[in-house]
Amino acid sequence: MTGALIAEQVLNGLQLGVMLFLMASGLTLVFGVMGLINLAHGSLYMVGAFACAAVAKATGSFWLGLAASLIGAAAAGALVEIAVIRRLYDRDHLDQVLATFALILVFSEATRWYFGSQPLYLSVPPLLAGPVMLPGGIEYPLYRLALIVAGLVVAAGLFVLIAKTRLGIRIRAGESDREMIAALGVDIAGLYTIVFALGAALAGLAGALVGTIQSVQVGMGEPVLILAFVVIVIGGIGSIKGALVGALLVGLTDTLGRFLLPIAFSSFMDASSATSVGSALASMAIYVLMAGVLVFRPSGLFGQAT
Amino acid sequence: MRKLITGVAIVMAATFPAIGMAQADPVKVGMITTLSGGGAGLGIDVRDGFMLAVKQSGNKDVEVVIEDDQRKPDVAVQLADKMIQSDKVDVLTGIIWSNLAMAVVPAVVQQGKFYLSPNAGPSALAGKGCNKNYFNVAWQNDNLHEAAGAYATNKGYKNSFILAPNYPAGKDALTGYKRYYKGDLAGEVYTKLGQTDYAAEIAQIRASGADSVFFFLPGGMGIAFMKQYSQSGVDIPVIGPAFSFDQGILGAIGEAALGVINTSQWSKDIDNPTNKAFVESFQAEYGRLPSLYASQGFDTANLLLSAMEKASVKDADAFRAALEEADYKSTRGDFKFNTNHHPIQDIYVREVVKDGDVITNKIIGVALKDHGDAYAAECSM
Repeated sequence: MTGALIAEQVLNGLQLGVMLFLMASGLTLVFGVMGLINLAHGSLYMVGAFACAAVAKATGSFWLGLAASLIGAAAAGALVEIAVIRRLYDRDHLDQVLATFALILVFSEATRWYFGSQPLYLSVPPLLAGPVMLPGGIEYPLYRLALIVAGLVVAAGLFVLIAKTRLGIRIRAGESDREMIAALGVDIAGLYTIVFALGAALAGLAGALVGTIQSVQVGMGEPVLILAFVVIVIGGIGSIKGALVGALLVGLTDTLGRFLLPIAFSSFMDASSATSVGSALASMAIYVLMAGVLVFRPSGLFGQAT
Repeated sequence: MRKLITGVAIVMAATFPAIGMAQADPVKVGMITTLSGGGAGLGIDVRDGFMLAVKQSGNKDVEVVIEDDQRKPDVAVQLADKMIQSDKVDVLTGIIWSNLAMAVVPAVVQQGKFYLSPNAGPSALAGKGCNKNYFNVAWQNDNLHEAAGAYATNKGYKNSFILAPNYPAGKDALTGYKRYYKGDLAGEVYTKLGQTDYAAEIAQIRASGADSVFFFLPGGMGIAFMKQYSQSGVDIPVIGPAFSFDQGILGAIGEAALGVINTSQWSKDIDNPTNKAFVESFQAEYGRLPSLYASQGFDTANLLLSAMEKASVKDADAFRAALEEADYKSTRGDFKFNTNHHPIQDIYVREVVKDGDVITNKIIGVALKDHGDAYAAECSM
């Protein structure tokens, strides 16, 4: 085991983390501002990936596909908010879970009906293809580096948006007291649609960026959704900062766990059972992390105690 | 006049399909397969292949009830109960995933029903847990991996890095590879089932100094792995079973798959008339190239039809004997059943090539000839 390998794995963990942040930030924003549990967030991730793959195939340009993923997911998000989600704000969480679970099924089967059951082709643009040499002799895929940069840029943009802009002020105000800002004359329905579409666009962007190196297929959103929920529970529900820290923690724990646990076990077990025990534990690592955080901080790292 | 007689003959044949057949007891088939969710592509192919064979046979005595198991063992078990108790099916088939097969098959065969597996072939059902009413028409789970191991040994690879998901079929895969691979292991990794990011594993492969990589990652997992592998700049040769290099999957991986070696019991370029006709008619019927799953569904139906011609399903012993003969034209050419009702067949080595604009597989050799499985000796019926 060399330093270069560990550095490479840390980069991999960071990359997973920033992509999880794109998913989790939308989820936590929607929960924080509207108090809504949105299980269909993974479907918006899928919409983004499919929009990117379809447009990239039609036009031959990955970048147009990326734009389409943002627009497509935001539009799908706005549409769903107006048609369905809006009716759920005043109902209890169980109703929201039921309705948004139904949305997952609707999105999945509609996508299958339109695109078929076979996965779509989406590949890295030539500009970002292939590996690059990093200092320290690490050969690393350029696309993954670009993902880390893109994720951090979006995160920075989101912080500026929330902290410095008028929209951000309204979002924060909506989080703390929605009746009051409605009384002050802010169009709360419009604000909710914008927040939901923003979250959807981030999920769609993540779907397109990650779909490029994974598989664009029906049902791709649900495994990521589970991770995103773990992230916001660790970070504290409703906190963007918590989502970022939680996402990076989950990304690093998952990647390094997969890499280090089998090695750790092989020091006192035979290789075959060490890999099997180590990988079984590695797949639990993030849930152990979540449980550990909840023991000491029941409302998450940055959550407000309720 | 000749036309008229021919016409009458055709009408007669269509009206009285039983003429000339020894037995004409209708057979009701219950097909439990995955038609929704992530793994739906496989179930849809099996179903389409099966129904194509039924349609081509023109046999009106076959009735097929099709239900979607959603890839959930509990759903599959409920469907099997329903099919046996209220639909009164004689034969069950269709299950794709080994964990679902393990949940359904033992109960089904104990109730005296036949089960013809078009895909899943877990080792537990091939060895001690074999049953006289259980037939596998596809392969025992280890088979394609054993062929990959045999290929690696023949090729002179000495240091393989192997990886598979951490579930029973994944363990069967690595066991199968190691059974025929004689070199050392540069690494052995079990990934999480459903994992889609392989950066950590690819980094380990790069650092391991391996001379070959063997992986079993079915469905979307394999697509993700191949795309990320090709971006990583690691250029160690890759070997895998056909599951990750199926026609549908190749379309999604694209050029990243070119040159990869994979092993399969079927390929669209196997040169026999049955297979040629199958590939053409499948394309004509469904507008896409068939996959190995489609060929397995097609063969399963033809096996069933061949047994129906020889015996009535009401006479279980005679029907079983008819199935054992495997007297049907397989898309794979030679096909016969081993003592444990699993196939003895050739397993081919294929390479992913570009044929015009289409990325597809080409047979480059036979990895294992007339290959059975390692568990047959443990089976006593």
